[in-house]
Amino acid sequence: MRIELQRRSQSSRLFSFVSPLLALVLTLFFGGIMFWMLGKQPLDALYSFFVEPLLEVWSLHELAVKAAPLILIGVGLSICYRSNNWNIGAEGQFTIGAITGSILPVLYPEWHSPMILPLMLVMGMVGGALYAGIPALLKTRFNTNEILTSLMLVYIAQLYLDWLVRGPWRDPQGYNFPQTKSFVPEAVLPEILESGRAHLAIAFALVAAVALWFMMRFMLKGFEVTVLGQSERAGRFAGFSARRMVWFSMMLSGALAGLAGISEVSGSIGHVQPTISPGYGFTAIIVAFLGRLNPLGIIASGFVLALTYLGGEAAQLSIGISDKVSRVFQGLLLFFVLSCDTLIHYRIRIVTQKLRGGAAHHA
Amino acid sequence: MTVSEGPAGNPLLSVRQLTKYFGSFAACSGIDLDIAPGEIHALLGENGAGKSTLVKMLFGILEPSEGAILWNGKPAVIRSPSEARSLGIGMVFQHFSLFEALTVAENIALSLDPKISLAKISDEAAMLSQAYGLPLDPKAHVADLSVGERQRIEIVRALLQNPKLIILDEPTSVLTPQEADRLFETLFKLKAEGRSVLYISHRLEEVRRICDSATVLRHGKVTGTCDPKQETPASLARMMVGADVSDVSRGTGSQLGDVQIEVASLSVPARTPFAVPLRGIDMQVRAGEVLAIAGVAGNGQGELFDVLSGEHTVADNDAIRIRGNAVGKAGINARRLLGAGFVPEERHGHAAVSEMSLSDNLLLARSQPDRRALLSGGALSVIRHGAVRSAARRICEEMDVRKSGDDPAAGSLSGGNLQKFIVGRELDRQPVVLVVNQPTWGVDAGAASRIRQALVDLARAGSAVVVISQDLDEILEIATNIAVISEGRLSRSFAAGDLSLEKIGLMMGGIHDSTHSEAAHAH
Amino acid sequence: MLEAILLTVITAATPLVIAALGELVTERSGVLNLGVEGMMIMGAVVAFVATQTTGSPYIGVVAGITAGAAFSLLFGFLTLTLVANQVATGLALTILGLGLSGQIGESYVGQPGIKLQPINIPILGDIPFLGPLLFRQDLIFYLSIALVIGIHWFLFRSRTGLKMRAIGDNHSSAHALGINVIRTRYLAVMFGGACSGLAGAQLSLVYTPQWVENMAAGRGWIALALVVFASWRPLRVLAGGYLFGAVTIGQLHAQAFGIGIPSQFLSALPYVATIVVLIIISHNRRTTLINTPASLGKPFVPER
Repeated sequence: MRIELQRRSQSSRLFSFVSPLLALVLTLFFGGIMFWMLGKQPLDALYSFFVEPLLEVWSLHELAVKAAPLILIGVGLSICYRSNNWNIGAEGQFTIGAITGSILPVLYPEWHSPMILPLMLVMGMVGGALYAGIPALLKTRFNTNEILTSLMLVYIAQLYLDWLVRGPWRDPQGYNFPQTKSFVPEAVLPEILESGRAHLAIAFALVAAVALWFMMRFMLKGFEVTVLGQSERAGRFAGFSARRMVWFSMMLSGALAGLAGISEVSGSIGHVQPTISPGYGFTAIIVAFLGRLNPLGIIASGFVLALTYLGGEAAQLSIGISDKVSRVFQGLLLFFVLSCDTLIHYRIRIVTQKLRGGAAHHA
Repeated sequence: MTVSEGPAGNPLLSVRQLTKYFGSFAACSGIDLDIAPGEIHALLGENGAGKSTLVKMLFGILEPSEGAILWNGKPAVIRSPSEARSLGIGMVFQHFSLFEALTVAENIALSLDPKISLAKISDEAAMLSQAYGLPLDPKAHVADLSVGERQRIEIVRALLQNPKLIILDEPTSVLTPQEADRLFETLFKLKAEGRSVLYISHRLEEVRRICDSATVLRHGKVTGTCDPKQETPASLARMMVGADVSDVSRGTGSQLGDVQIEVASLSVPARTPFAVPLRGIDMQVRAGEVLAIAGVAGNGQGELFDVLSGEHTVADNDAIRIRGNAVGKAGINARRLLGAGFVPEERHGHAAVSEMSLSDNLLLARSQPDRRALLSGGALSVIRHGAVRSAARRICEEMDVRKSGDDPAAGSLSGGNLQKFIVGRELDRQPVVLVVNQPTWGVDAGAASRIRQALVDLARAGSAVVVISQDLDEILEIATNIAVISEGRLSRSFAAGDLSLEKIGLMMGGIHDSTHSEAAHAH
Repeated sequence: MLEAILLTVITAATPLVIAALGELVTERSGVLNLGVEGMMIMGAVVAFVATQTTGSPYIGVVAGITAGAAFSLLFGFLTLTLVANQVATGLALTILGLGLSGQIGESYVGQPGIKLQPINIPILGDIPFLGPLLFRQDLIFYLSIALVIGIHWFLFRSRTGLKMRAIGDNHSSAHALGINVIRTRYLAVMFGGACSGLAGAQLSLVYTPQWVENMAAGRGWIALALVVFASWRPLRVLAGGYLFGAVTIGQLHAQAFGIGIPSQFLSALPYVATIVVLIIISHNRRTTLINTPASLGKPFVPER
């Protein structure tokens, strides 16, 4: 028995929609098996993992809190990946955005002004964009692989943050805890509803996703992104510059990751500490692919992945499974998404016997 | 090395009702073919007639859907190229299956018994290349070799296995006429040793000259077998194409206008290790002229196109002028705005993005020159999809582009239809200057003649047309002037009537000093 | 003193060398597997768990290799059979590896491990200075040296290695010649996985004999950079690996001496060094273009 692929003459519209759903179903199925192997009732475990968090208002708020950075980063990454620029260092850009955005509330804790919050957000975006500019510079100037450089910069950013909050930024009255002073109320991102913790970041995320969807769908810029991603040579023929696209896509995604970073610190944490992200920058890669690199799809996939975080926490409490299960779910999901995407471009034949002609099943 | 002949009168290889389906499409259907020992047998057909598919089945690369292959009268199942080789079939591919990063000897070793040492292979290759007049250095890296030398590797590689049948796929498409003559001598030597040759070509003159028999394919079916020496080129062409192909009408001498595109002492260093540097290019094309640039593949054609189009700019702004404006440093869209149009050689991934729709591919070349018609929303540059789609539809009608669906992906069109669209995309703007690289490469005869006619008509309407081509027949058909590119140097341009095929061939072979006496001596 | 420092350099360099060698073979066949970090961490956790369960670090080594190879098979299936994007699938492998290893190793955190003991080679081990450095080492170090030589021989002297280089240069031509591209690539991917698994086993059995979550700490990525640094040549991987080992150990000693530079900055040195090295190597486009396997990362679907 062997598997053969046959390229479709036209990519399948049906499977563009079905494939992410199929991936979800497969993930749930194998997740169930994993729970069973851990000695839990699979259906109960899946229920407490994926359904329970959706039943209470406060946890819906939590869902929005966790989905916001995932969507913000994910839509930025989708532009990168569509243009064939492999920024995988969003976690670092998130971290640097959080740091540069926090300069004002940390260094000028006495400053109370309505201007402080917009300034923080802008500074966070600038910081994230500049940090993503490093791999862009290295790629355009020295032809250096952006995958490796952007990833190395994640480690560097995290160590830098660690040094800041244990060193110069540490709150002197903080009982030696490695964290900064709490932000003044003017520097805290406001909540959107009375009923819970969800703050403005989710609004930023939705606006960014819709704006980028519009760009990709209707604007020449979006066309440029797609063309350069498919073929640099055809892009040059159209008069587009691959070099400028490196800068555009990297800095755009860096800015969005930076915005996510400062929003997280300002809206969810309220001060700066050594760990500010449960790996949002990496999970957003999965978000981007599960959303088929389409900004509207990414809104949906952002909520799905946010649910895996919440489910992990919920399952830890209710059935005593480690929250590491979340990561396994996320990894599995990305695997299945990538496998199912094959169906969009190829017909899969499982050849059971070596017969000429016939004896083949089409899928 | 000689080969014992098979039973007298019996064919060496027979093919019965061989059929290959790709999905529901029959690339070959019910093919019958007999090759006698010691004959040079031609397989004639246009691009897309099924020649390559048939040959790939004979060489074990593709699995036949139906039918039988008989070797020396016995049924044979050829599952892989190595099985084909062990039967005694050797193959010289059209697009060479060589490895640029490896040496000549390593390339040859790959298709031989792994027990033979590299040193022994080098020795044998050197010996064979001597015997058949195919000089080669076994230690050279393929990346550094010319196209002709690369073909020699393929031939030596096939010969080392002492084959009874050698298949050559369009071997002369990349050779100068002189190199082709040398190849024919090698083939006659092989024939004299009793080996058979299956010679795939669409060049009628060649086939008439060297082949003993011919099988003609069209749309995957055999349309005739004959002795090509008894046929005229016209009768062979009819079998190949079906109906008579309409000739391109060149009309009578139109008035030449001003110089529209001009290149003056342009030199460009090689951008990559595998590129050809351009050296001191000079050319001028007037309105009403079709300047054809002949040359063997890989002599700087692509590089020349890139700097003419502005995909790569050059340091000296004055080296290139379009309608009198210095554009050496201007990008492709600035040149388009001056009225120039460009058609690159490679359809997929250069002139068009295969995965994108035709209308998106229209936008590829037209977003700036037709900004006002195709975009709106000012700085936002919102695409007017409706306008783009109707423009694409107009081009398809104008150029008779056959497609399935209203706005299919470019990759779903046949080569000829996509090329008609790509050329039509430029003609639709009525460019004052049109630069085309290999306008009919891999295109069926119907589409080719339509494209050639369109180029001639454009020049007659008062545009300057530059056609870079490897196809000498095409050049003679449409050019008013001819120049030859060789090793990055461009000859001066000659009026089309002043050049013989032989002289073009000599210039293509790098004999730059083009006095008549030398041309006479060389022959 | 110098001897002690050099010993730690060797220990720090060995996993980098092994993982990079495996990836080198994978990439020579034209496949880019960015999942080194994930395969390494799986090797580390499985080796540790197997050692704790059986009490034998040698069984641990075998288990680590097996885990890495099995994990890479997942990558192979997606990218070779299903033609999924190699970059994305490699990332998926890393993400899944980090999650799965955390899950598997959870109850082993903090347990004291069993160290893989050195093997003293008679006579050679008694050479002053060099003996303790090179001939009183553990099995994995010896394997790393054997791999460097073996892979060099394989790629440049054996016919199978020639075939592999041919596939990496031009998979369509290799297919036309009758070389089985997919099967060779599966083997190359699994070899890469096995090496990453072995490198991971070295981390949890030799370097720091215990299980710490995420203990690969970016070494898989550094190994990927090493392959580029070495321009796909095994002997240069050895040199590059030891250079990185020296940087890592150098910064640790600097931290211990307390030379006034914050420890975080010193810890960042290996990552900074990776970037610097990549810049130096990639700067010359000509050499990069000539050395990079031409079909690296490109999908291959044989026509039938």
